[in-house]
Amino acid sequence: MPTAPAGTLYRGREGMWSWVAHRVTGVLIFFFLLVHVLDTALVRVSPEAYNAAIGTYQTPIMGLGEAGLVAAIVFHAFNGIRIILVDFWAKGPKYQKVMLWVVVGLFVVTMAGFLPRHLINVFTGGH
Amino acid sequence: MAHGTAAVAKIDSPRSPYARRKTTRGNYELYSWVFMRASGVVLIVLIFGHLFVNLMVGDGVHAIDFGFVAGKWASPLWQVWDLLMLWLAMIHGTNGVRTIINDYATRDLTRGILKGLLLLAFTVVVVLGTLVIFTFDPCPPDAPAELLASFCTA
Repeated sequence: MPTAPAGTLYRGREGMWSWVAHRVTGVLIFFFLLVHVLDTALVRVSPEAYNAAIGTYQTPIMGLGEAGLVAAIVFHAFNGIRIILVDFWAKGPKYQKVMLWVVVGLFVVTMAGFLPRHLINVFTGGH
Repeated sequence: MAHGTAAVAKIDSPRSPYARRKTTRGNYELYSWVFMRASGVVLIVLIFGHLFVNLMVGDGVHAIDFGFVAGKWASPLWQVWDLLMLWLAMIHGTNGVRTIINDYATRDLTRGILKGLLLLAFTVVVVLGTLVIFTFDPCPPDAPAELLASFCTA
């Protein structure tokens, strides 16, 4: 067995890069999920312990991290629908490139709805 | 060579029906492929709802504290919502990372260790999360009242 891939079938462009982005966002979301279940589990320790942990999520730096996390989730969600359409819709493979730009458009619209509200909460909210 | 009819009986009949060899691998990968798509659709609804209620409504992330969680889990709807989200997201995510490990870890030992760690993380997080949802006490008796939901003192 070769120790390194001998050649490559990666073809670049929309198909490959959306696949790469789907993997990267998926792994990011998975590792956040592990941490997020652990921090939520602190409600079983004490209200003080939970409030201290969730307090770190309410700082500006973590607020930007949450914006990035939501961006990853929104892309993964819309591109996931695109993958389902490529698999199950007869014309899906033909329109996979168009559908990626639809995904990007929906992503921009969704983030335009989310980001201002979230960033205002992060930078001007607080107790 | 002239052994006569004794050898003839051992030759299969040319008309013996062709039997397709059944695969020994089962349909595991097919079911996992279907599950990723089915759970993905449900997760879009569950997670978008979760993000909207926790980050967009009211003061967003600043409104989240122990009392906020207690208020949500006082409702069976959010208990079921979060339980379903926990299980579907963990199975979906674990299966996705399993695929990535299979793709990039070429040595048997590396692949085995990574998948072992993945299974361990899955088990710990799912068991812990499920126990938390089912054993949560919204009004712990020894906690200061100002940290608790309003219905604890009422």
